[in-house]
This record gives sequence, structure tokens and C-alpha cells, in this order.
Amino acid sequence: MIWAIYFAIASLLAIGIYGVITKKNLMKIFISISIMETGVNLMLIAIGYIPGGTAPIENGDFTTYVDPLPQALVLTAIVIGVSVLALALVMVINYYEKNKTLEYRRLMKW
Amino acid sequence: MRRMAGIVLAALLFACIMYAFTFVKTYDYNSSDYYYTDPIEGGKVNETVTGHYIENTKNETGAINAVTAIVVEYRGFDTLGEVTVLFTASTGVSMLLYSLHQRRKRREANLILKEGSKIVLPFILLTGAYIFIHGHLTPGGGFPGGSVIASGFLLMMVAYPKYFLKESRVSITESVAGMIFVLIGMLGLVFASYFLENFLSLGDVGRLFSAGIIPIIYIAIGFKVGAELSGIMNNLKGVEE
Repeated sequence: MIWAIYFAIASLLAIGIYGVITKKNLMKIFISISIMETGVNLMLIAIGYIPGGTAPIENGDFTTYVDPLPQALVLTAIVIGVSVLALALVMVINYYEKNKTLEYRRLMKW
Repeated sequence: MRRMAGIVLAALLFACIMYAFTFVKTYDYNSSDYYYTDPIEGGKVNETVTGHYIENTKNETGAINAVTAIVVEYRGFDTLGEVTVLFTASTGVSMLLYSLHQRRKRREANLILKEGSKIVLPFILLTGAYIFIHGHLTPGGGFPGGSVIASGFLLMMVAYPKYFLKESRVSITESVAGMIFVLIGMLGLVFASYFLENFLSLGDVGRLFSAGIIPIIYIAIGFKVGAELSGIMNNLKGVEE
């Protein structure tokens, strides 16, 4: 079961890297970066998983809980990710208004 | 060429990560392999950080949701910084879009979307409020609740091309919520010993009115996050004509 999650994490990171390398459209690059971010968040939570553990809400007869610390940290990471994505999208909008294109290689000679 | 390089790199990364996961140990936070040095009294303590949180969350904070207890109580100052980052981002969005007067033509949405979104909006707002009011009891809290509220306003913006939030109302909500957060931290400094300490009584653990300052702070965070995300979307949508 845990290996299915590990497979999903590795797939998300690989898809993100592929998108960042091959795509020319800035919007698609930022979408790829968000996909990678999802993979990293999922990895942090998956490492805190304890077999047989339930969600860390202590209101029953459960004795084993999953690690709440990575979940709290990932909550922070998600919010930071949203902020960065919003700023990046605004910069893409400005770039488009200036150059009338979303492809970045046309303007950078390399 | 670029595509081939991309596929090769992605496959390599995939293989490396899958190989790395074979070294991950499923750990048990009650085992005796973990020691850390007690920062106050010195000496080794046979306890993991997680084990401490799981064991003492109920007695120390009064919240039964351990994630909320960590986010608001144990790492409350960190959360204040996180909220500040979101505030900075929303300020940056409105600043960078200030000079840009885009006027894009938008088609009217169809009747079902328009009327349906009017009916659904109050329920979305109610769900968001429920999520952040019950942050210390159920999964969820200020950040998810605020996002749900912002999604309700996003629905209205999609359905009505001329729907804009009032900039002043958004910023007033945001500032008041942020000020409540800082003020409660300061009150902890006055009535107890340190910033963001819980100075109210923990109450009956497991009830709505319990856990001292945690629900108050999470409600403030819910309003703040909802206002900030709505403001970002409002700015990205364009300039009111």
C-alpha cells in the first residue's frame, strides 16, 4: 500500500521535471513546478506514515496515530506554494502584456 | 532532442527516488532508539518529538486535533510568519497588477451557472465557516476553511463577468483578522509569560468552547486567508471598469 504512494510521489516529481525541461510556454512551466511541489508535499506526509495509524485526532479508542508534525509543516508548505504561484502568474501576465507571447525562448538567446 | 533529454532525466529521477524509498524505515515513535537533549534541564530524554505531541496534546493545549495544536499552539509564531508570507504575496500581486489596465471581453455565463451559483454560494460560505470554527476538533482549520470561502467567491467571479469584490472591504477584513492574531499573542505576553501563550482556560476538552485561544486564532486565520485569496483572485481577474 505504501509503495503505491511512493510510486505516485516519484511519478509526480518525474512529470514535473519533464515539463520544466521540455515545455516552452511559461504557464506550463509553472504548472509543472506546482506538480513537483505536490509530489514533495506528498513525500513529507508519506514519510510520517506509521502502519496502522489513524489521523491524529485523539477522540476515540485508537492508540496508534500517524505523525502529526509533517502534516503541520506541509500545511505551511502548501500556503507558501500558493503565494509563490500567485506571484509567478502575475509576472507571467506582465510578461505577456509586454511581449505578446508566453514563450520565453524567443526573447532569450540561449 | 530536448524531449529526449527530458524523458531520460525524468526516468533517472524516477529511478533514483524509488531506490531512495527502499531505505525509508517505518518508524515507531514509542521506541527507545530516539534521544534528544532536553534544552532546559540538560541530559538525555528518551522521547521523540512526535511521541511528546501525541501524548501531551490533550493536556497541554486542550485541542484533540494534534495538527491544529502544533500549527497554532506549539508553532504559533511560525504560523504568524506564514500568514505574513501570504499577506506579502497578496500585496505583491495587487502592486504588480496596479499599472496594468487590462480590459478583456468576457462572455456571459449561461443561465444555469448564473442562477445555480447564487443558490450554492451561501452553502459554500457556511461550509468554510464550519471548517475553521471546528479546527481544533475535526480535520481542517483556518487555512482549508479560508480556501473554501475563497472558492465560493471564485465561483461568483466565473459566473458573473462584472462581479468584483470591494477592495476596501477585503483589506479591512484582512487587517482586522491579522491584528486580532497579533493582539492575542500580545495578551499572552501580558497575562501569561510568553508571546502566544494560552492564557484562557482549556475548558472541557472535546467541546466547541475549549482549547483556550486556539479557536479564536484559527477563526482569525480563516478570515484572513479567505480575504487574501479572494483579493488575489479579484486582482487577477482584472480592473473594474
